[in-house]
Amino acid sequence: MFNYTFHWRPALNALPQMLQGALVTLQIAVLSMVIGIAVGVVLSVFSSSRNKLLYGIYATWVEVARNTPALFQIYMAYFGLGQLGIRLDSFLALLVGITFNNAGYLAETFRGGLRAVPQTQTRAARSLGFNAYEAFTLIVLPQMFRAVFHPMTNQMVWAILMTSLGVVVGLNSDLTGVTQDLNVRTFRTFEYFAIAAVLYYLIAKVVTLGARLIAWRLFRY
Amino acid sequence: MFHTAVSANDLWFLAQGAGWTLLITLIAMVGGTVLGVVFGVTRAVLPGWTTLPLGFLLDIFRSVPLLIQLILANSFIPILGLRATPFAVSCVVLALYTSAYCAEIVRGGVLAVPQTTRRAARSLGLTWWQDMTEIVYPMALRVMLPSWIGLTLGVMKDTALVGWIGVIELLKSSQILITRMQNEPLFILMIAGLIYFLISFPISRLGARLERRFREND
Amino acid sequence: MIEIENVEKSFGALKVLDGVSLTVNKGEVVSIIGGSGSGKSTLLMCINGLEPIQGGRILVDGTEVHARGTDLNRLRRKIGIVFQQWNAFPHLTVLENVTLAPRKVLKKSREEADAIARRQLEHVGLGDKFGSFPGKLSGGQQQRMAIARALAMAPEYMLFDEVTSALDPQLVGEVLDTMRLLAREGMTMILVTHEMGFAREVSDRVAFFKSGKIHEIGSPEQLFGNPQLPDTRAFLNSVLK
Repeated sequence: MFNYTFHWRPALNALPQMLQGALVTLQIAVLSMVIGIAVGVVLSVFSSSRNKLLYGIYATWVEVARNTPALFQIYMAYFGLGQLGIRLDSFLALLVGITFNNAGYLAETFRGGLRAVPQTQTRAARSLGFNAYEAFTLIVLPQMFRAVFHPMTNQMVWAILMTSLGVVVGLNSDLTGVTQDLNVRTFRTFEYFAIAAVLYYLIAKVVTLGARLIAWRLFRY
Repeated sequence: MFHTAVSANDLWFLAQGAGWTLLITLIAMVGGTVLGVVFGVTRAVLPGWTTLPLGFLLDIFRSVPLLIQLILANSFIPILGLRATPFAVSCVVLALYTSAYCAEIVRGGVLAVPQTTRRAARSLGLTWWQDMTEIVYPMALRVMLPSWIGLTLGVMKDTALVGWIGVIELLKSSQILITRMQNEPLFILMIAGLIYFLISFPISRLGARLERRFREND
Repeated sequence: MIEIENVEKSFGALKVLDGVSLTVNKGEVVSIIGGSGSGKSTLLMCINGLEPIQGGRILVDGTEVHARGTDLNRLRRKIGIVFQQWNAFPHLTVLENVTLAPRKVLKKSREEADAIARRQLEHVGLGDKFGSFPGKLSGGQQQRMAIARALAMAPEYMLFDEVTSALDPQLVGEVLDTMRLLAREGMTMILVTHEMGFAREVSDRVAFFKSGKIHEIGSPEQLFGNPQLPDTRAFLNSVLK
């Protein structure tokens, strides 16, 4: 059946390089999540704004993020912004693209999370003499955090998967980029990318398990 | 006035790309849904440990970047001594990828039907099959449909990656135009984005409407 | 003293309170009865300023609740309220539910707040549930926790909004026992309730509410034994049958 001989040894020898790439992958994903959460919170606040401009920013952002491919958003950052005089290298373009995507999805997540906490909770808190700020931070926010924790974990896994798109705009330092470089030099495509696939799987699993552990510690109720 | 070098021919080129995007989405959704229903019902009906290998396999499709899956499949076919067009590879990979997500949706939908309801059905003398088709299916459908529409949108957007193995779908065709015309990437991307939006937006609205309707009826 | 003077309140076109006047003295227990949707619960929400009013005024110890410049957060410290849907904070343990407001609002130390909370929880019979989360408790236990939570602020007034309506019948008794205890201890209480027997037993006065007004008010013996107005009689006939 096979006329092809698998050469796993050179591919395995490249493991240290690929692990280095995996680290970059994780960095981009984490960075895009951190910024994405911050922007997402701001956008979700905009979503209930009466100011037409702020609401417009929220609506446009969320609709574009959710209705176009992530790769399209990265292209916009890489090619599109370039035409406006903002030249981003492939690393930054990838980061901006994924962050844009994360923020759009997370904004909707946070909006849903806020709605998941009943109004009566605020009422009960206010009746005990808490001011609006205390009621929000002590009562509403912790409950909202639980509601959004799981979708946030999913988004983190998505962010990791999306980092693989950097190679399309020429990034060669993340896991896919490193693997592609090795592939171009050796043409042992299957071996190298199979190892990359295993690494991606492991990263995704570690993140999911870690999140589950945190949730188990945090949400005892 | 706004000047552009983008001609009617170029627009036609983009439209053809959009055609491929739609075609691949359609094939992936049909194949992925059929497989996904089979996998999902199996996972929901059989005892947990027997379907663990299937669950593991499907989880891989969800945890490895689609781009890597496409590259792997594309390089594995010649290893098997077979030949396949990038289009065929794309359809197969996307269908499997879709089935992994669809299986979860179906499993969740079936498990969302309360055991008590099913017992009530069986106590009336309905057979297992009748219970599945008359009670479980209509009830699960309400849970599944909004997610399934979401999946359709996701797959449509994910088809953008098949450009990497050589299928000239919408995003790849716009990238080709960008490279050819150098100085107006923004305009070309905006057209491509608009086309994606025109395909996606109505479907996502429909999904949101269905979800609201179902929630109101609960 | 709580003085309610000619209070009016609307939700849009719907007039919920239509000129309500009622004075509740220190140490008094007043029950409000009436059909659902007659505005009883809304009145309680107005007393501690959770709902704005459109006319009249409410004075608590001489402070006008809805006046501009009234520090509602400060005022609410002396008015405890317990809701029909107990509204436990699900992310906090029973003890934390009760200590949170004393610590953050009254700025008591953790030890002090803990001591108060333990005392209050034992008072309502939850001495063995300190570390549990509300989700693990029965409705009756959650409701008693909510009472302890309100009492931990050492309020001078307690408002009870149909606190047994959402409970299973076998759990009603334990909550009523807790309230009975409070009444005996001399707490000033206003309770909106459907438990006629209980209202008759603990109240100094009972008010019958109808279409946003106090239709008839009097001692329990008077109102239940010899109602003066036909509507009151009709209502009592319908619920006591």
